[in-house]
Amino acid sequence: MSKTITIDGQVIPFEEGQTIMEAATEAGVYIPHLCHHPEYTPHGSCKLCNVNVNGRTCSACTFPAMEGQQILNDAKDINEERKKITQMLFVEGNHFCPSCEKTGNCQLQAVAYHLNMLDDHFPLFYPHREMDASHAKVLIDHNRCIFCTLCVRASQQKDGKDVFAISGRGINKHLIINAESGLLKDSELEATDQAAHICPTGAILIKHTAYQVPIGERIYDHTQIDQVSLNSENLQHDN
Amino acid sequence: MTAFIQDLVEKNHYQHTHLLHILRAVQAHYHYIPKDAIEQIARLLAISRTQIMGVIEFYSFFHLSPRGHYEILISDSITDHLLGKHELAAYLEEKLNVKLGEVRADGLVSLDNTSCTGLCDQGPAGLVNGYALSRLDKAKVDQITDLINQQTPLEGWPQALFQVDDNLIRSDLLLSAPIPAGAALQSAFNRGLKETLNELDISGLRGRGGAGFKTATKWKFCSEELNDEHIVVCNADEGEPGTFKDRVLLNSYAHQVFEGMTLCAALIGAQQGFLYLRGEYLHLYDKLEAILAERRQAGLLGQNIVNADFNFDIEICLGAGAYICGEESALIESLEGKMGIPRNRPPYPVTHGYLGKPTVVNNVETFLAAASIAVNGGNWFANIGTDKSKGTKILSICGDCAQPGIYEYPFGTDIQTILDDCGASDVLGVQIGGPSGTFISNKEFSRLLAFEDLATGGSFIVFNQQRNILDVVNNFTHFFAHESCGFCTPCRVGTSLLKNQLDKIVDGHGSAGDVVALEELCQIVKKQSHCGLGQTAANPILTTLERYPELYQAQLKKISYEPGFDLDGALETARRLAKRDDAGAHLAQVEE
Repeated sequence: MSKTITIDGQVIPFEEGQTIMEAATEAGVYIPHLCHHPEYTPHGSCKLCNVNVNGRTCSACTFPAMEGQQILNDAKDINEERKKITQMLFVEGNHFCPSCEKTGNCQLQAVAYHLNMLDDHFPLFYPHREMDASHAKVLIDHNRCIFCTLCVRASQQKDGKDVFAISGRGINKHLIINAESGLLKDSELEATDQAAHICPTGAILIKHTAYQVPIGERIYDHTQIDQVSLNSENLQHDN
Repeated sequence: MTAFIQDLVEKNHYQHTHLLHILRAVQAHYHYIPKDAIEQIARLLAISRTQIMGVIEFYSFFHLSPRGHYEILISDSITDHLLGKHELAAYLEEKLNVKLGEVRADGLVSLDNTSCTGLCDQGPAGLVNGYALSRLDKAKVDQITDLINQQTPLEGWPQALFQVDDNLIRSDLLLSAPIPAGAALQSAFNRGLKETLNELDISGLRGRGGAGFKTATKWKFCSEELNDEHIVVCNADEGEPGTFKDRVLLNSYAHQVFEGMTLCAALIGAQQGFLYLRGEYLHLYDKLEAILAERRQAGLLGQNIVNADFNFDIEICLGAGAYICGEESALIESLEGKMGIPRNRPPYPVTHGYLGKPTVVNNVETFLAAASIAVNGGNWFANIGTDKSKGTKILSICGDCAQPGIYEYPFGTDIQTILDDCGASDVLGVQIGGPSGTFISNKEFSRLLAFEDLATGGSFIVFNQQRNILDVVNNFTHFFAHESCGFCTPCRVGTSLLKNQLDKIVDGHGSAGDVVALEELCQIVKKQSHCGLGQTAANPILTTLERYPELYQAQLKKISYEPGFDLDGALETARRLAKRDDAGAHLAQVEE
C-alpha cells in the first residue's frame, strides 16, 4: 500500500523522496508557485506555495511529503496571504502589465489573476533599475525581476553555463551577469539557452519576437494558470 | 596587486570556503575590493566572479567602491542612541569633515552607521578599520580626528581608545567556578563518553542562543549519523542588538568554550571544529588564536588529545557584518564562503551541515555550560532553575540602568529582581531577547526568566520613563529591514514595507487605516517568512502595539486617508519646467 498525504481533504499518494508540490502536481492539485519549476532544484523563496502542514507553514516545493500529513492549500485565508505576497512582488519592482510585451504569457500576472488580485494594496517602491539591451538577441529588464533564480538554475543545470546570479542583500537584491563588464553581451548566453526562456515574468525577453503571438491568443488569455501549470508540468513529468 | 592576491590565496590553500577570509584581507588592504582582485580570486579559486560579487554585496563590511583609509563605523543600535549616538555622530561629521555614509574628498576617512557592535555596556561604540572603539565622547573624537589627520597608523593609536571591559557583575553556577583547562575532557574520558552524554541529558541543558533545543538530543542525533566526518561549530555571531555576553565569555572564558567544543567533538566523533566569530569582535581574534595555540601545546587540541587517541582541531572564521549569519544554516553557508542565506529545512544541520556533513551548531554559552556539566555532573546543573529551564542564564544587561554588564541568574528569576540588581529605577519597560524578542511593560516585572515564560539569548535592554517607545520600535524595525537577507518575498519586501509603514505613522502622516494595515502586514511577515529573522521581525511592533495601542493611535491624523507619496513634491519638476511657483501650481496633500 502506498503512503498518502491529505490535501484539503483529498487523499493523495506519494513516493518516498517526493515533495508536497510533486505529489500534489501528480495528483492534479495545483499549488500556486513562481520560483518552482519541476525540472530544477527547488528554491523555496517566493513563498507562494506556502501551505499549512499539520498546523505549520511550510513551502510545498521544498518540504518532503510524509505519511499522514494533513495539508491545507486551497483555503480562503491561505490564498488571501498568497495574494498579499504577490502584491509584494508587484510593488517591489516596476510592473506595468499593459505596456509589457510578456502580458498574457506572464506567470506573475497569471498568478495575480488566479488569486483575484485587483490592486497593488501596498505602497509602491518605484525602484530605479536599469535595462540591459546589450545582447543582440536577449533583453533584460531588471524592473520586472522577482529574484526567483530560475534563470540562474536553468543556466547552471540545463545549459551547463553559469550566466546569472543574484547579488546584494534585502530589498537591494539584484540579478547580475557573469561577465567582466557585467553586460549580457559579454556573457556566454545564447538566445537558444533554457535560461533565456525560463523567466516567469518579462525580465528576460527574446528580442524581435514581442508580438508574434498577438494579445488575446496568449497562454493565459483564456486559460487559468492552474490548468496550464498542471497540464504542462505533468506532460514534462510523463516525458 | 597581483602578487598580494596570489600570496593571500596561497596562504588560504586555494580553498573557496576561505572566500570571506580572503575578502576581509583584500578589504583591509585596499579599503575596497577592486575589480581586478575579483577576477584574479575567481581564477585562483576556480569559482565564478558572480559568487564573489554576491558575497561582497551581501556582507556590510565589504565594498565595491573605496572607503577611507580610516574607515569609521558608528553603532546604530538603540543602546547607543540612549547614550547619545546622534549627537556624537553629528560631532564626528563636523570634526572629520565628512557626512555619514560618505568618504572624505581626500580619501583619508569615511564614516557610516553599522548594526550593534556588542559594546552596549560601554557605548556609544564604533569601529575603526574593524577594531572596536568604546565609550566614545567628544574628547575621544577630537583625539581620533588628530590621529587621522596626522595619518597615525592604527598600531600607534592610544590603547585607551580600544579598551573593552568585561563588566562582569553577577556570577553564579558557571561564571563563579570556571573549570581548569582539560578538566572536562579528562572527566569525560574517565567517566566514559556515553555516560558523559547521559550526564548532559540529565542536566537538561538547552541551547543558549534562544531557541532552546535540548543539547544532549542534538549531539546524540548528530553522533548517530553515519559519516566519516562530523563537524562542531560554535556560533559566536552574537548579533542580536543588546547582546554582548559572548564577547565576555570569549575574552575571559575562552579555554572553557573551546573545551566544550572539544568535548562535543569527542562525543559526536568530529575532527574539525569552527568558531564563527562575528566580524565586530576582530579585537578578540589574536587572543583567541593564542589560546588555541596554547591548547595545542597542552595536548588539548590536535592529535591524540589527552592521550585518548582522539584528534580534533578548531579554526576561527570571522564574519563580515551580517546579522542573519547568527541563524545556524546561514552561518554554515557563510563558513562555506557564500552569502549567508538560510537553507531550506529539512535536511537539518545535524544530518547535512557544513559541506553536507553532520554538524552540531551551538551557542558559545552552551559549550561553556556543557564543559562544566562534564566535570560536575548533570544533577549539579539540573538542581538549579525551573522544570523546563535548567541551570543558569547569562544576561547582557544594558540601557537605562546604573550598572550595565554581565549577569548570571538561575532560570526562574523574576524580572524585578534583575532590575533591582542592575540599578534600574523609573522603568518604562524591558526589551527581553533583543529586537526579535519581547517588549514587556512595567506591569509585567513579576514574569520569569525561563524558556516557558521570557526566553532570551541574553539581550536585556532597560528603558526608563523618559524614553519614547516608538523610537525604540522604529530603530528595531529599520534594523530588520537592513539585515533581511532578501531570500524570501515576505521578509525581503515585508520588512521594508514595515519600515516604510511605521515611518509613515511615526512621522505623523498616518491615518485611521494605517495601524490596521501595519498589523496585518506584521502577521504576514511573521507567518510566511522563511526563517527566524522574518518570523520575528514584526515582534517589536506587535509586542508594543498589544501593550500601548494608544501610542500608535496618538500619532494618527484625523483624516480617513493620506496618500503614500508627496503630491506637491511630485509636481516639483513640472513647476521648474513651467517656471511657475504660484498658488495654482501647488497641491495640498489632503483636501482641507
